[in-house]
Amino acid sequence: MKPRIILDTTQLNLVINRLCYQLIEDQRNFSETVIIGVQPRGIFLAQRIFRRLKELENKQCAHFGKLDITFHRDDFGSDKILTPNETDLDFSIENKRVVLIDDVLYSGRTIRAALDALLSFGRPKDVELMVLIDRKLHRDLPIKAKYVGKTIDSIVDERVKVEWESEDGKDQVWILPLKAETKNK
Amino acid sequence: MSLLSQKHLLGIEHITKEDIKLIFETATEFKEVLQRKIKKVPSLRDITIANLFFENSTRTRISFELAEKRLSADVINFSAASSSTKKGETLIDTVNNILAMKVDMIVMRHPNPGAHLLLSKHIDAQIVNAGDGTHEHPTQALLDAFSMQEQLGDLKGKKIAIFGDIKHSRVALSNIYCLQKLGAKVKVCGPPTLIPKYIESLGVEVSYNAQETLEWCDVANILRIQLERQDIKYIPSLREYNIAFGITKKMLDSLDKKIVVMHPGPMNRGVEIESDVADSEHSIILQQVENGVAIRMAVLYLLAGKGS
Repeated sequence: MKPRIILDTTQLNLVINRLCYQLIEDQRNFSETVIIGVQPRGIFLAQRIFRRLKELENKQCAHFGKLDITFHRDDFGSDKILTPNETDLDFSIENKRVVLIDDVLYSGRTIRAALDALLSFGRPKDVELMVLIDRKLHRDLPIKAKYVGKTIDSIVDERVKVEWESEDGKDQVWILPLKAETKNK
Repeated sequence: MSLLSQKHLLGIEHITKEDIKLIFETATEFKEVLQRKIKKVPSLRDITIANLFFENSTRTRISFELAEKRLSADVINFSAASSSTKKGETLIDTVNNILAMKVDMIVMRHPNPGAHLLLSKHIDAQIVNAGDGTHEHPTQALLDAFSMQEQLGDLKGKKIAIFGDIKHSRVALSNIYCLQKLGAKVKVCGPPTLIPKYIESLGVEVSYNAQETLEWCDVANILRIQLERQDIKYIPSLREYNIAFGITKKMLDSLDKKIVVMHPGPMNRGVEIESDVADSEHSIILQQVENGVAIRMAVLYLLAGKGS
């Protein structure tokens, strides 16, 4: 298969706006809401959502944080060690409404680990999951996202790559053969 | 994604600068874990670790045990006083018997230099050296260098002085290897009888003057006089050592800069370090102890992940 774009820059920004409006539609109290991105790639969407909420409707979430799940993975030792990324949660999540954000939802194991890691910091009021891409086939665990950017039926031999303007030069989402690099686009 | 270059942590001599940096990066994240409400992660939940201490220890043993428990490993403790080694069993037999009970890693302190190296040639489990006689104490050196780096940033070109009983100190040797790998300059200072003759061959400077050495250095790492390892008299008396080499507040105040004061413990207040120095704002002695748990978590985590 050839690499192909499933969300271009315009579409991706529309999706981000929609996800923000969905949060606003919930009529939540944003001063009680914290946005937490899952390391390493979920933090970029989380940052965008956090900023966009403010720009669109002047909704300021209480905090923005980054959560690393390396030490909570269920495949320690089976593969190679993953070196940890920074966890930055310098606020209490006690009784807060947490919106946990990652870029791609696939097996669900990352989110399982993220929930485990998150609860080490206290007991939030609730936790909701937001993902940009939901690869709805091949879920290993009973995990479902409340806010979804786009649902796709990708197969095992494919992978999804989310690129961000701040990191990769352009906002877009690719679907690639498992081993190909985005360079040969 | 990186891995350590070694299967065991036998000494700093055998690991690379990249290994040290990887351990530091990992330890930084474990330090954050230790600030959480629940200071525990499940990474090593299927690993069993035996702490074998053939020599006394308080800080190191507690620090390792805490690190293991924070990683969710199962832990068994053993101390020589209550063991079968007293009944004539060899070290290799003792360890193999423990491993037969499905233990994955060994953390060992032993009075004989090289005991870990010997063991590593005869057993499968990963070995972490928690001190081998007067040879090496790698995790202490790692936590010392990590603590220095927190204070000073990159250690390249920084001047580190080690005071005291260099001859009998495993902390000194491991510190020298570790600091030099990170690009720091090292000077040792103490009475000539307590500085080994080979030390200059390691590229270390030697001084017999405490005041001058303090003026030279950015960090003073002060070691105790290890009377229990001294079979003959190397110094006339502790009181005389204190007069010549004890670090006092007056000496620190006379400097035109603020240096960092460290001590790996146990401290002998009033011998190598005065109380007002140990408790001063120069001292990071308790930060060292705090960092010790994070460093040991990083070492155990990285070795366990590599071995399986």
